[in-house]
Amino acid sequence: MENEKNHIIPYRTLLYILVLLITLTLTSVAITQIYLGTLTVMLALLIAAIKSSFVLRYFMHLKFENKMFSFAVIAVALLLAVVIIITFLDYLYR
Amino acid sequence: MNTPPEIHRDDLASKTGMWFFLFTEMLLFGGLFIVYSIYRFRNGEAFHQAAQELNVAIGTINTIILLISSTTIAMSITAIQKKDKRLALLLLCVTIFLGLAFLVNKYFEWGEHIKEHIYPGSAILALRGQGDVLFYGLYFFMTGLHALHIIIGLVFIAVITVKIYRDKINPENYILLENSGLYWHLVDLIWIFLFPLFYLIT
Repeated sequence: MENEKNHIIPYRTLLYILVLLITLTLTSVAITQIYLGTLTVMLALLIAAIKSSFVLRYFMHLKFENKMFSFAVIAVALLLAVVIIITFLDYLYR
Repeated sequence: MNTPPEIHRDDLASKTGMWFFLFTEMLLFGGLFIVYSIYRFRNGEAFHQAAQELNVAIGTINTIILLISSTTIAMSITAIQKKDKRLALLLLCVTIFLGLAFLVNKYFEWGEHIKEHIYPGSAILALRGQGDVLFYGLYFFMTGLHALHIIIGLVFIAVITVKIYRDKINPENYILLENSGLYWHLVDLIWIFLFPLFYLIT
């Protein structure tokens, strides 16, 4: 059968990830209270991207899963990025 | 004693199906994020003013609530893998409780806005101009759609909890628990982007 033994993530690892995610959340709250203009937006989105990569890799098990899943997630993220870029090019240069 | 016939099971296929469903969800919210960023780009000042009225404290608390609930459901998978049924059930109950707490916070948050006549279709909101109407229209729609996902996720997790209690989901067959976890983490993932976009970037 295809149902191979699954990787068990220790409780401790999950707790570390939680602490890290909460720290990143509080960091992004603190950073955005200081006005840095466009940089604020960039930093907030960068932290959100880092947080989601931890959720995807550890909570959603992508790190321990068949690589096919990771590639598919990256493909969807790239698709979204391309659509966002094209939409903005349209609005900026029409 | 006759043994029950072996039922064919393909966990990898189940998981792949779940991921494909999650991709459609990502694109659904991704489309909304594009709408948001274009309107923000065109109504910068109004969005800047309107976003400052959102309660950062409630938003931060809700973010932390969702992060903890994601951790507890991930831990419940570890628990079932280690054949600890009681701990798995306990962790799922905590997850459901945290999801409900998120919704209660959301209720009070929305209630505050509605008391001030800020809601889609409000005449008082319309007086404040197109930018504010767009901001709050998107705010209510996107957080509302997200809250709907929370409700669906909670029902999903409740069903899973009952199935674990009845040993339908057990250490040999817990793909449903994993899939409900994936759904719940996706809801968390969407909130990770909604939170800075609406509450933090002013």
